[in-house]
Amino acid sequence: MSITIKDVEHVANLARLALSDAEKEQFTVQLNDILKYVDKLGELNTDDVEPTSHVLQVTNVMREDEVRASLPVETALRNAPDEEDGQFKVPAVLD
Amino acid sequence: MALFDLRLQDVHNRLAGGELSVSELVDASFGRIAETDERVKAFLTLDEEGARTAAADLDKQLRDGGERGLLFGLPAGIKDNIVTEGLLTTCGSQFLRNYDPIYDATAVKKLKAAQSVTIGKLNMDEFAMGGSNENSSFYPTRNPWNTEYVPGGSSGGSAASVAAGQVYFALGSDTGGSIRQPAAYCGIVGLKPTYGLISRFGLVAFASSLDQIGPLTKNVEDAAYVLQAIAGHDPMDSTSANVDIPDYIGSLTGDIKGLKIGVPKEYIDQGIDPKVKEAVLEALKKLEELGASWEEISLPHTEYAVATYYLLASSEASSNLARFDGVRYGVRTDDPDNLLDLYRKSRSEGLGPEVKRRIMLGTYALSSGYYDAYYLKAQKARTLIKQDFDKAFQSCDLIVGPTAPTTAFRIGEQVGDPLTMYLNDICTIPVSLAGVPAISVPCGMANGLPVGLQIIGKAFDERTVLRAAHAFEQHTDHHKRRPQL
Repeated sequence: MSITIKDVEHVANLARLALSDAEKEQFTVQLNDILKYVDKLGELNTDDVEPTSHVLQVTNVMREDEVRASLPVETALRNAPDEEDGQFKVPAVLD
Repeated sequence: MALFDLRLQDVHNRLAGGELSVSELVDASFGRIAETDERVKAFLTLDEEGARTAAADLDKQLRDGGERGLLFGLPAGIKDNIVTEGLLTTCGSQFLRNYDPIYDATAVKKLKAAQSVTIGKLNMDEFAMGGSNENSSFYPTRNPWNTEYVPGGSSGGSAASVAAGQVYFALGSDTGGSIRQPAAYCGIVGLKPTYGLISRFGLVAFASSLDQIGPLTKNVEDAAYVLQAIAGHDPMDSTSANVDIPDYIGSLTGDIKGLKIGVPKEYIDQGIDPKVKEAVLEALKKLEELGASWEEISLPHTEYAVATYYLLASSEASSNLARFDGVRYGVRTDDPDNLLDLYRKSRSEGLGPEVKRRIMLGTYALSSGYYDAYYLKAQKARTLIKQDFDKAFQSCDLIVGPTAPTTAFRIGEQVGDPLTMYLNDICTIPVSLAGVPAISVPCGMANGLPVGLQIIGKAFDERTVLRAAHAFEQHTDHHKRRPQL
């Protein structure tokens, strides 16, 4: 399977990345190389193999539904690039 | 003898006897950093004020005769993807160059409870993605044995700092070999515990099903002490294993008679530097002299491990790194057109090339139409790789081989070739996919650089791993070698 600059643009859009033309070209070459390499997994017969998403027997972890103190607003906003009235500020979503 | 060449027990005896104070230890650490870090570049952030205050408090406690924690007074460095309250945590990324965490990672809390002193934050490949430390967006760390060479990655700052004698021990994180490989390249001890043994709460996630925190130390005994201090169940981490923590320090008996070792032919047959192979075979001879026996085994799916790892780790990374959008923390682009533009530009400006490459690969592998061919296929391959280990451990107690197929390479040598760089991790990646513990200990020199021996154990059997590594160390001098800086 080989990918084109168009595919790279599509994936970059999904990944919320704005790539320069040079980056697009470079990633097209590099991703093709890597995908060619990972295609070797196609040699493996995995018809009756269960996928492993986790090596531990992971189960849902619950805690008691108790009321707890939340973070103070100024702590939560300590790293905010922009804030207003105790909230994270972003550009308008609607015109 | 330099202060940090002392065994932990000797340091503690001197502290107890009043021959040494914690402030003197901390001074020694900053002195050594001032002397060497211009060349090594291990640190991103130093916390002189915090460290000296902590040292003064501990000295007062010492005078008052209070109880002393397991790591009392020992200067420690922390990899910069483990969050430290009020101390900058950048993950080696421009994106987080201003990130001031509002809490401590559980491992850091436990270090504080054990009374070690945090000296500062150590350089790393951006978001722990890389095998050489050249992907740090600040500057590359250099190998103390030869500053023209890489220290390994992604915990290269942690490994180089310990090797250079700047800190007594360091914490690192290992996703596909990022503790063990730099430990091998820098001639120190690096332990990746069983997945789930140490809480990942406060470790900035790269690939959540693989990431583990672990110690980098000068010897196996110190690794056991640090592990003892930071292992254990944490309700704040839903993947934390709820198991009893055994006595790791007590497991260092020096006796390995009757241990059965398997040596995977896939790790020593092809692509391995002949001098590295020679050092590993010498080490096996030593283990045999000490009463262990070894035989060649096969982990037949090893050749698929790197492909499996890069698909799974990149897929998880593409999801985990979606949080870096410029809204709540990190850097934000100037003057975005709209919200979508803010996400895109902030990410593109803040993230480096290796991180973008992996986000792109992961997004592609998870995207509609390719999920089955890539992500699901890799999850199934992972099952086969794990089964290789399960089968091997039916007949042996440990698996032993090289940590990396070669010694450290020159800075810049592999930068343009990500695939070659990925293949450096061929011996460590399968272990990460299987989730089992492994340690790298120094076992010789080749080409003027250290060689690492990897000892792999069954899940949650760190005791046997540490016992064998310790016994080997007690009968060799490799771990006593220090770089001339």
